[in-house]
Amino acid sequence: MSPLTHLQALEGESIHIMREAVAESERPVMLYSVGKDSSVMLHLAGKAFYPGPIPFPLLHVDTTWKFRDMYVFRDKRVAELGVDLVVYQNPECLKLGINPFSHGSELHTDMWKTEGLKQALDLYGFDVAFGGARRDEETSRAKERVFSMRSPQHRWDPKQQRPELWRLYNARRSPGETVRVFPLSNWTELDVWQYIHQEDIPVVPLYFAAQRPVVDRGGTLILVDDDRMPLEVGETPSLRTVRFRTLGCYPLTGAIESEARDALSIIGEMMRATNSERQGRVIDHDASGSMEKKKQEGYF
Amino acid sequence: MARSSDELIETDVERYLEQQQRKTLLRFIMCGSVDDGKSTLIGRLLYESHLVFDDHLSALETDSKRIGTQGDELDLALLVDGLAAEREQGITIDVAYRFFATEARKFIVADAPGHEQYTRNMITGASTADLAVVLVDARKGILTQTRRHTYLLSLIGVHKIVLAVNKLDLVGYSRETFDGVDAEYREFAKEIGITDVVSIPVSALRGDNVTRSSDNTPWYTGPSLIGILDSIDLDTDRRDGPFRMPVQWVNRPDSDFRGFAGTVVSGALHPGDPVRLTPSGRQSTVSRIVTADGDLDEAVSGQAITVTLTDAIDVSRGDLLAGADAPPSVADQFEAHIVWMNDQEMLPGRSYLMKIGTLTVGLTIAHPKYKINVNTLEHIAAKSLGLNEIGVCNLNLDRPVPFDRYVDNRDTGGFIVIDRITNNTVGCGMLHFALRRADNIHWQSIDVNKAAHAALNHQGPCIVWFTGLSGAGKSTIANLVERKLHQRGFHSYLLDGDNVRHGLNKDLGFTEADRVENIRRVAEVAALMVDAGLIVLASFISPFRSERRLARDLVSTTEFCEVFVDVTLAVAEQRDPKGLYRKARQGELLNLTGIDSPYEPPEHPEIHVDSTSLSAEQASDLVIAWLGAAGVIESA
Repeated sequence: MSPLTHLQALEGESIHIMREAVAESERPVMLYSVGKDSSVMLHLAGKAFYPGPIPFPLLHVDTTWKFRDMYVFRDKRVAELGVDLVVYQNPECLKLGINPFSHGSELHTDMWKTEGLKQALDLYGFDVAFGGARRDEETSRAKERVFSMRSPQHRWDPKQQRPELWRLYNARRSPGETVRVFPLSNWTELDVWQYIHQEDIPVVPLYFAAQRPVVDRGGTLILVDDDRMPLEVGETPSLRTVRFRTLGCYPLTGAIESEARDALSIIGEMMRATNSERQGRVIDHDASGSMEKKKQEGYF
Repeated sequence: MARSSDELIETDVERYLEQQQRKTLLRFIMCGSVDDGKSTLIGRLLYESHLVFDDHLSALETDSKRIGTQGDELDLALLVDGLAAEREQGITIDVAYRFFATEARKFIVADAPGHEQYTRNMITGASTADLAVVLVDARKGILTQTRRHTYLLSLIGVHKIVLAVNKLDLVGYSRETFDGVDAEYREFAKEIGITDVVSIPVSALRGDNVTRSSDNTPWYTGPSLIGILDSIDLDTDRRDGPFRMPVQWVNRPDSDFRGFAGTVVSGALHPGDPVRLTPSGRQSTVSRIVTADGDLDEAVSGQAITVTLTDAIDVSRGDLLAGADAPPSVADQFEAHIVWMNDQEMLPGRSYLMKIGTLTVGLTIAHPKYKINVNTLEHIAAKSLGLNEIGVCNLNLDRPVPFDRYVDNRDTGGFIVIDRITNNTVGCGMLHFALRRADNIHWQSIDVNKAAHAALNHQGPCIVWFTGLSGAGKSTIANLVERKLHQRGFHSYLLDGDNVRHGLNKDLGFTEADRVENIRRVAEVAALMVDAGLIVLASFISPFRSERRLARDLVSTTEFCEVFVDVTLAVAEQRDPKGLYRKARQGELLNLTGIDSPYEPPEHPEIHVDSTSLSAEQASDLVIAWLGAAGVIESA
């Protein structure tokens, strides 16, 4: 028997992590952002508990500003798989109509996502939450544990992380504390696409190139996804062949010009890729070290 | 060039994907300090394997100019310095994981800091590594730090080492320098049992021999660093060892299916294989190896599977499924190396938790036999272990667990230590062997047992444990309880904190470690007295939950009554019957509970006495009533 391939090894590790987390928690939940990493995580969860059902619900912390295709895809997948989905929208944001155009990306993200997530975890009493974050995404993630503790206020303290050795994960919590568990910690963006290709995992069509109406704002191509998007004077959307490397709120997510219409072509593009994935996300550019700050405050 | 670019991508990608099917995973740890150029070497590996994207590069250019150390050139070290805090300090403060890939392998690099105080991080990073790259500065040669890293690698079981002799450009690519460092290192490594060493001359800064053989070292004919990492044999021990799988989860979707889910940590498994379940020792045969991709004919180490057995035997999380031909040992007392990883020192005798495989059990650690100076490897006498200290200790578990020696199997011989109160991972350890003591010193079976003693006394045996601040009134209440018991003809004994310190515990002081030992001895004495059929009244401040739990665990659940004599510090200080608070406030007395030493109140005491609203007389009646209701004594 030859050694496992790297994808087999990563798959085995992720399944092991998910089973440990479920065995040591009372109310686990999987944070489902509808993106490709969530799709891979969901696929792995199906494998981890096969032939039984996935023993936890999905939680989508919604901002109402995701791409329309994401909502369609989400509801279709949930129906196909027969999993429970909890959708949470921060009621305060709904009331105030928080949006990235009038309130800016920072406030929008903080209130819908960071606050929304904390509220949802508190409301449902989830004690362990799976997230699809990977260590290769951003430098502060490189040091985060697979099992990452959060205080009752949902704060992450990078100086008080538990040592994580061998395959031994410590999920023990004091009252009020929660654990974020990252089964894809050791995957890279390329691993994710290779696995999507190998396993034929469904992902939102926006990841694949198609003609879409976009406007160019300071070098970032923004999709005009619905009529809530205010056009600036003299700005007209033009049809361009684009795809997305990462999916979030449509006004905050830049498209790239590409001809890659399937996972195989995306892998091909990545062999020549020169932009890292999070660059398309506007929030990371706010300030140097901004992701670390956001995480300390409770952002996933 | 007739082909369109699309076709070219198509062809390349397919060839590329074909390669991916054979790509393997290698985890290694990079050891060395910032000064040795460790971050620069990792940065170079990422840079050369084209994993640095344009936007990272432009950020790197900006940062290099602002805080870089390489003048106008790119400072590759900045690529790997993650957290804002360490950027400010210019040092790496925690273990981080980096990724890069070649055509043959994907690599996960544990980036562990070199500073003395971070033994914890290096042990953590090395625990999952198949190989280590040890970095030395050619100008400085083998340093104390190099020896320390190598010792830690041998301790954690990383026996394949690549010695990267760095900054060779600064010694004029001198072969003599390289050979000298190489020879000195091999000699030292051999002393601690490491013989699998490959040395390579590099310059991380200039890129010599990192990904390509360098023209600057014509005398070196070996492969580049990447060449070595690409081709080195992956650890075959795990594949060839006996089959082991800790059971993580029992999968029972319906009454027809009952599977045991887990990850194979060593060996291989096939349908029809005889297996043994430990610690129960029951034997069965593998029926199916179930995965979502279909049943397997063979499962190997690293695969997550679900196993069904031909017999309906009882299996639960924490059990270890093992090959029947080479089952693991089962024991509850061990000798082990302990690496302490917490600011709060290890307390011998305190009750901790041990997680080994998927099993979590109660653990107490004896006084270290010795601790090890990681720089000189000397053995030093020790009473305890502090942060980043390593010692050899005996362990006592609250039940038998299946295990292998750590040198034989990292997954079934390595464990973490968890604090019961904070739930933090406070240490880790590596099992050496089971102590035969538990097997050989049997509890002497005596005909006149606890029940017989108690029956003669017409009472049930019991420990009544009074806890609370000094001055709360514990001894006063305990004294009244004993008088009432005595009047009614019951046999009792009062163990008092001050009294035992005159004899049994007169060698102990008031440090945290000594307080733990004090209570441990008292608890053992009380348990022996319970065995003699007595009602034992124990009156001790006993500030820590762990030790009170230890006392409780020594007797059966119906034989322990915790009485929390509750008083505010202000009231206790006002009473101050022994003048201790006054002394403490004047700085003449250290470690007084409530002043400069913590008190952890009981969470669920059997009796809670508020000594500011109840008199000692009333409190003693509560205790007598409880003893009556519990059937220890006849109700009056």
